[in-house]
Amino acid sequence: MDELLVVDHVRLAYPKGSGENLLVLDGVNLSLRNNEIVSLLGRSGSGKSSLLRIIAGLMPAIGGSVSIGGRPVKGPAPEVAMVFQTFALFPWLTVLENVEIGLEAQRVPPAERHKRSLAAIDLIGLDGYESAYPKELSGGMRQRVGLARALVVHPRLLLMDEAFSALDVLTAETLRTDLLDLWSEGRMPISSILLVTHNIEEAVLMSDRILVLASNPGRVAAEIKVDLPQPRNRLDPTFRALVDDIYARMTARSGKAAQGVFPGAGISMHLPGVSPNLMAGLLEQVASEPYRGKADLPALAGPLQMEIDDLFPVAETLQLLRFAEVAEGDIRLTDAGRHFVELDPDGRKKMFAQHVLAYVPLTAHIKRVLDERASHAAPASRFSDELEDHMSVQFAEQTLRTATSWGRYGEVFAYDEDAGVFSLDNPA
Amino acid sequence: MARRDSSTMGQPSLAVAGERLTPNLYDIAIFILIAAGFVALAHGAREIAAPADRLVGETIVLDPLRLPEYVLRTTLRMFAAIIASLIFTFVVATLAAKSRKAELVILPALDILQSVPVLGFLTFTVAFFLRLFPGSELGAECAAVFAIFTSQAWNMTFSFYQSLRTVPRDLVEVSRHFGLSPWLTFWRLEAPFAVPGLVWNTMMSMSGGWFFVVASEAITVGDTTIKLPGIGSWLAVAIDAKDIHAVVLAVIAMAVVILLYDQLVFRPIVAWAAKFRFEQTAARERPRSWVYDVWRRARLVRRATQAVGWFNRFLEGWTPRPAAPVASTEPSATTRLLDGFWLALVLAVVAYALWHIVLFTRASLGFDDLATAAGLGLLTFARVAVLIALASLVWVPIGVWIGLRPWAATKVQPVAQFLAAFPANVLFPIAVVAIVAWRLDPNVWLSPLMVLGTQWYILFNVIAGASAFPTDLREASTLFRLRHWQWWRHVIVPGILPYYVTGALTAAGGSWNASIVAEVASWGDTRLRAAGLGSYIAEATEAGDYARVVLGIGVMSVMVVSCNRLLWRPLYRLAERRYRLD
Repeated sequence: MDELLVVDHVRLAYPKGSGENLLVLDGVNLSLRNNEIVSLLGRSGSGKSSLLRIIAGLMPAIGGSVSIGGRPVKGPAPEVAMVFQTFALFPWLTVLENVEIGLEAQRVPPAERHKRSLAAIDLIGLDGYESAYPKELSGGMRQRVGLARALVVHPRLLLMDEAFSALDVLTAETLRTDLLDLWSEGRMPISSILLVTHNIEEAVLMSDRILVLASNPGRVAAEIKVDLPQPRNRLDPTFRALVDDIYARMTARSGKAAQGVFPGAGISMHLPGVSPNLMAGLLEQVASEPYRGKADLPALAGPLQMEIDDLFPVAETLQLLRFAEVAEGDIRLTDAGRHFVELDPDGRKKMFAQHVLAYVPLTAHIKRVLDERASHAAPASRFSDELEDHMSVQFAEQTLRTATSWGRYGEVFAYDEDAGVFSLDNPA
Repeated sequence: MARRDSSTMGQPSLAVAGERLTPNLYDIAIFILIAAGFVALAHGAREIAAPADRLVGETIVLDPLRLPEYVLRTTLRMFAAIIASLIFTFVVATLAAKSRKAELVILPALDILQSVPVLGFLTFTVAFFLRLFPGSELGAECAAVFAIFTSQAWNMTFSFYQSLRTVPRDLVEVSRHFGLSPWLTFWRLEAPFAVPGLVWNTMMSMSGGWFFVVASEAITVGDTTIKLPGIGSWLAVAIDAKDIHAVVLAVIAMAVVILLYDQLVFRPIVAWAAKFRFEQTAARERPRSWVYDVWRRARLVRRATQAVGWFNRFLEGWTPRPAAPVASTEPSATTRLLDGFWLALVLAVVAYALWHIVLFTRASLGFDDLATAAGLGLLTFARVAVLIALASLVWVPIGVWIGLRPWAATKVQPVAQFLAAFPANVLFPIAVVAIVAWRLDPNVWLSPLMVLGTQWYILFNVIAGASAFPTDLREASTLFRLRHWQWWRHVIVPGILPYYVTGALTAAGGSWNASIVAEVASWGDTRLRAAGLGSYIAEATEAGDYARVVLGIGVMSVMVVSCNRLLWRPLYRLAERRYRLD
């Protein structure tokens, strides 16, 4: 079978604060044949969007190679078109002008440009809106413009970067169905679709194959073939079983919890931006009926209106703080977790403080430095400099912000935002 | 630092440079370069063998029938300057945004040039241009246009540069992804994105520009007197002739011009620019303009714009195709070497410039001159500080009152903008007549002239801020029945602070500039003079004493830059960080 896209040992790294680089993608291999839809499924930070940008020729890899139709990718290739998560429409151009932009860049004569764009607009169900500006359209319509803009250049490979995640549930579903209809009827001038998503159901619903990307660094951890016939039914038991299976695979690595869920060790552990309120909320939810301390994460995600990208970091933070355990797609409260739920706000703060000091090395480190200093105060820059030796500036900023927020909630220390100074003073 | 908001008129955007508060090496280097530029100009100016009592231009006749012609000439000068400023903006801002080396020099230069008193320039530029076009009026015209240009270009360039640096990442990716050439990217993405900020800053520049066009038409440098046909010269002749009727006529003519400009240029352009606002939802309230509506309906005009499109496509055919993306890795050894060369080159030029400044000033100036200028500078500083404080005390409460009442705001805001654009120097003679008639102390009573034209910036920015103040916060403070003083301190002042700072900064800068024409005034053969740095520069200019003009401008620039760095920018940053409402 002829291969449309071959990604061979692609590596990507971002420079960190100090010398060495942070590896984002490590030896990623994948290939795409004609006439298939493949999903890249991964959590935020797995580098899936970066991988898509490397394939699109928007970003160079530091190692490995990408080829499309047998030709190596050295820049934006004409065989590829991408649909963006943010739609990325020019607000000052009309729908028609937005669709035409790719053809204009290829210097297609105005008459033909016009004809092809109108045909694409028609195909995607936007006729009548040619002269509207993007801000006059709803989100779903805007993404249709994004789709028409991609299709009009007649790409062989269509890349979709979380194309449905900025839409509300209903709109996204309609657009998915319409896209699948066009695909199965062979009405789109494309041979394959590669879509990046963090939504497991979306991946199972749309694709022939799913590639699960593991994080830190990103690499293909599993390949899952989806043999269900189209159109697929979300309530079909086989469908549900597949979704649960993928959930389990994506949480399986929590087995090595001792070493830590989050990359980095000691004070250089990357902390996710999870607020104490969110943690308490999830604990309460799992503790309450009908879960009573143990819940299936996919089942929990639905009623909470959360996607795995939102839910996983919260669950894993609870695991870090030993309030819960996460394994095989389930979350189970520990004794400490059950106890926490029963406490009043003040008791919760005290218990939270104990756990944060015991299990979050950075917060403990800040507290220790404050204790040691005669002034009981230290500038935030002292810690951010320290963190930047181990991670990128953005990660350092997020990690310190998280440690600060947890420390403040547990009243471990105080922080003056304006002065950027940690202290042991209690403002009360 | 560019702030965007959706006040009805557009967006007040404080076009000032980044985060730096203390001068760094580049600031000092650039300051030296700019000062050396003055010195070079002054040096060149000295060499002009100007015949005594030379008059460049023509004799102005105080005939009301000639007034429309003069007004037209003034307006043309204004537009010539704005076109020059736009070209400068496109070239220099693009250069700064695309080249790191250029950026290192251009940004601090713009920052300082923004603070240099433009009217002080006139001496050198007039001399320079007269020499460039000897015996012709063209030199004087160029000097006038250049003076207006120097009052306008910097903040426009800043705004454009800031826009270019903040183009949304996803749109940049789309442009690269679909292979748009740099030319097409500029016209489809970068320029449209920059339009709202640029339009706002251009309009602010135009407002300020009327003041300078009036001031630059009739000037005396040493033995050379220049009178270009225009409203400024008309005014100068009227003052010499003590003709109060002619002064009143000039005021009326100027008011008509500004009204026409507002209706025919300002409003249509602001309405058009609304299309380019980067927003995902349609704004509830759009700026309206009847001229723009007519324009959009006119078929002929649409054809004309299409022609521009064809021309653009024709040019597009000649520009290179986009190149493949370049891996943005760490700077290589060659880049670092080039950076080193660049730094060495800049330092060499600065050293050379410094040497010339020393040579020039040693020849004619001593340390007591510096002390005199600095002392006078403090006097003028005191005037500016007191007047801005007074103007704030008056206009902040009024502006808040108006801004919180939409019906009043829509009526008053255009008036405030009109007053800000109206060149206050046209009104000076009337004030001078009053001071002469009542025998008032010029040291005190000439001072208000400095804020006569600039106080309106405070008013209309405060109105804009109060209009944009969120209703829910107002309702909450009403429900909690905050006491009067508490409401001012905790609710409204923090709420409008970013706007107030923008307005006060503009007003203060304008007042420094205005001091050069406001501290010295005459009516016929009566001369009024207030001691200060403004009058020091004005008198040195008239005497053709280039060394003292350079000194005066230098001292004033240092003071304005220090005020901006030590007061306004920290305040603005505080306002942005603590009190931003979004």
